[in-house]
Amino acid sequence: MADIALDSRAARRPVRDASAWDRLKVNRDWLAVWFMLPAMAFLILFLAYPLGLGIWISFTDAKIGRPGEYIGFENYEWLWEDSIFWLSVFNTLLYTFVASAIKFAVGLYLALLLNENMPFKAILRALVLIPFIVPTVLSALAFWWIFDAQFSIISWSLRHLDLITENINFLGDVNWARGCVIFANIWRGVPFVAITLLAGLQTVQPSLYEAATIDGATKWQMFRHITYPLLTPIIAVVMTFSVLFTFTDFQLIWAMTRGGPVNATHLMATLSYQRAIIAGQLGEGAAISSAMIPFLLAAIMVSWFGLQRRKWQHGEAND
Amino acid sequence: MNDLTRRSIIQGGTALTAAGALTGPALLDFAKAWAQSSPWKAEKGAKLTVMRWKRFVPAEDDAFNAMVAAFKAATGTDMNVFSESFEDVQPKASVAANTGQGMDLAWGLHTLPQLFPTKVIELNDVADYLGKKYGGWTAAAEATCKQGNKWLGIPVATIGGYMTYRKSAVDKAGFSKFPTDFPGFLEMCKGMKKNNTPAGFALGHASGDANAWLHWILWGHGGYTVDKDDKVIINSPETVKALEYAKACSDNFISGVASWNDSSNNKAFLAGDLYCTSNGISIYIAAKDDPAKKDMAEDIYHALWPVGPVGHPTELQLCVPILAFKFTKYPNAAKAFIAFMLEKENFDKWLSGARGYLTHTLKAYDKSPIWTADPKNEVFSHASERALPASGIGHPGEKAATAIADFLVVDMFANYCTGREDAKGAISITERQLKRIYR
Repeated sequence: MADIALDSRAARRPVRDASAWDRLKVNRDWLAVWFMLPAMAFLILFLAYPLGLGIWISFTDAKIGRPGEYIGFENYEWLWEDSIFWLSVFNTLLYTFVASAIKFAVGLYLALLLNENMPFKAILRALVLIPFIVPTVLSALAFWWIFDAQFSIISWSLRHLDLITENINFLGDVNWARGCVIFANIWRGVPFVAITLLAGLQTVQPSLYEAATIDGATKWQMFRHITYPLLTPIIAVVMTFSVLFTFTDFQLIWAMTRGGPVNATHLMATLSYQRAIIAGQLGEGAAISSAMIPFLLAAIMVSWFGLQRRKWQHGEAND
Repeated sequence: MNDLTRRSIIQGGTALTAAGALTGPALLDFAKAWAQSSPWKAEKGAKLTVMRWKRFVPAEDDAFNAMVAAFKAATGTDMNVFSESFEDVQPKASVAANTGQGMDLAWGLHTLPQLFPTKVIELNDVADYLGKKYGGWTAAAEATCKQGNKWLGIPVATIGGYMTYRKSAVDKAGFSKFPTDFPGFLEMCKGMKKNNTPAGFALGHASGDANAWLHWILWGHGGYTVDKDDKVIINSPETVKALEYAKACSDNFISGVASWNDSSNNKAFLAGDLYCTSNGISIYIAAKDDPAKKDMAEDIYHALWPVGPVGHPTELQLCVPILAFKFTKYPNAAKAFIAFMLEKENFDKWLSGARGYLTHTLKAYDKSPIWTADPKNEVFSHASERALPASGIGHPGEKAATAIADFLVVDMFANYCTGREDAKGAISITERQLKRIYR
């Protein structure tokens, strides 16, 4: 009896060397990888895969509901010669550059104001966030009415003040239309910049200002040599995000102008949607959105390398 | 009740029609009788999923649903109807065509059945049955749904758009009758502008309104995007003439048309700022339904699109065809439902529910009560017969649909009318894009 029992146990558990797999299972250095796997799977499935698929589609002539054939760079070659595409690139750059610059200036100004001691500080800070809270489509619709060709409240007021005789052609004139959509974008984006910079301002130690005051520094000198240098890392992050959001904006334009008048406010995102979804040319639309990637990468690189530099983190005299 | 003879059904049907609209039990009786005599018997336990575009007029939806309910009760077919907005109908149908699931019937816009001719059931028997019974199909409707001799879908109706104007303003501009040719129309626009009662037509990305009036002008001058073999012929002297004419008109429009979308002219007209535009019947209906706008409703009239130098009507109207997918398990139920919808007992009532928004494509419905219920409806009864297919003289199909959806013609005119491009530049941009679509 005992022999039989011993035999069977030996048969069941043969002695063998630990395999690489066994080692991986217990290796502490690999533990981190196991813990990261779910997050990685999530990112690959919902970020990397769609991005890769988008780029792949841009090399095909896919239409909606129908897989396409591989056609190499044909879509890109076509876009290279397409005046509307280049117009949309110009519009996007103009929109991003002007809106981001003004958002930064106004946001910083607001942040500095809100950082002062004043009555109802908490309420005021909350109020600033309102444009950011309102769903974009709703605010876009409101702006659409404000800038309507016939029913604009601005035109109406000016007409009743006898300042103009005809309605201003807000969304029908190229320059006006560009100005209006940029204005709407600024209105919506300022709170994000302002509140984030305000958070940054709060981390500046008051003792620095006290020391500067004792040294006889003016307000401007305090801003220039204390506030601004200490704020740069936050500015880099905020402006990166702001540029990314602005560059990829879609809702505001689509609700206000649909890219009109005559494509003067078509951004790359809206043109991509029009060609891919409305007109069904998925491949071409994917090529337009893929063409946004280099611009976005450049924006990220600027802040990435900026953040690596000590000068940006600790003020400029501290390389 | 179950052993009705054919004769008694017909007698019953006629009596009921004479007595007025079929409703409730009467509609059900008709449906039951119809189901027994119909050439298509719904399969046992059939289940149909129908996708349709989202309705604009509630009464139209009610009439449609009443029909669906009667069909369900009479044939025992389980019906499931869902609506999608105009923009989503085509993508959803395309995906269904390629995945083989999602819906059995799709009621869509323009040339929908032409997008996947191999995926739909041939409906020649339904088309012949209805065509013979109701006086034949209008030419544009037939062209929109047919490939060679095959009916890929059934043109249920047309959503018509026509000149909508304030009579007082057109009178004052010196026209006791709405102009019927292009020079007259331009003179009228000039006169109305002078009187500060301007006309206005969308030059923005308004898929319905802008495409309608700009194609009308292009075709009216004999300009087309492609010829009958789908060769791109936009670069022609006719197109240049059309551009110049459209610019002359738009210089006399209300300001801001370059920013207009499909709802802008409705708003401006109803607010009393706009005195002539092109639109579905919805402006008039909205004015009629609003007691405060009684005077305006009395002043609103409709007119046919004036005829251009080519000498025949060149209207772009929106056809709404229905199709049945090949993968459906119940092709007979699907055919039965399509035929059932277009039977007089249903269709007259449905047209009335749509209040002029839908125009028949079967000639016998020229005498449908909706067109005489209000004399101002009459103009819209011509939408199917005066239309060209959305492709002009080219092949109706995916390429033509893409060109319209991407606003190629609209942008060409807008480029020229707003002075951003000269004629040569505007045409060459469009020509290049067309050549890519029709490659």
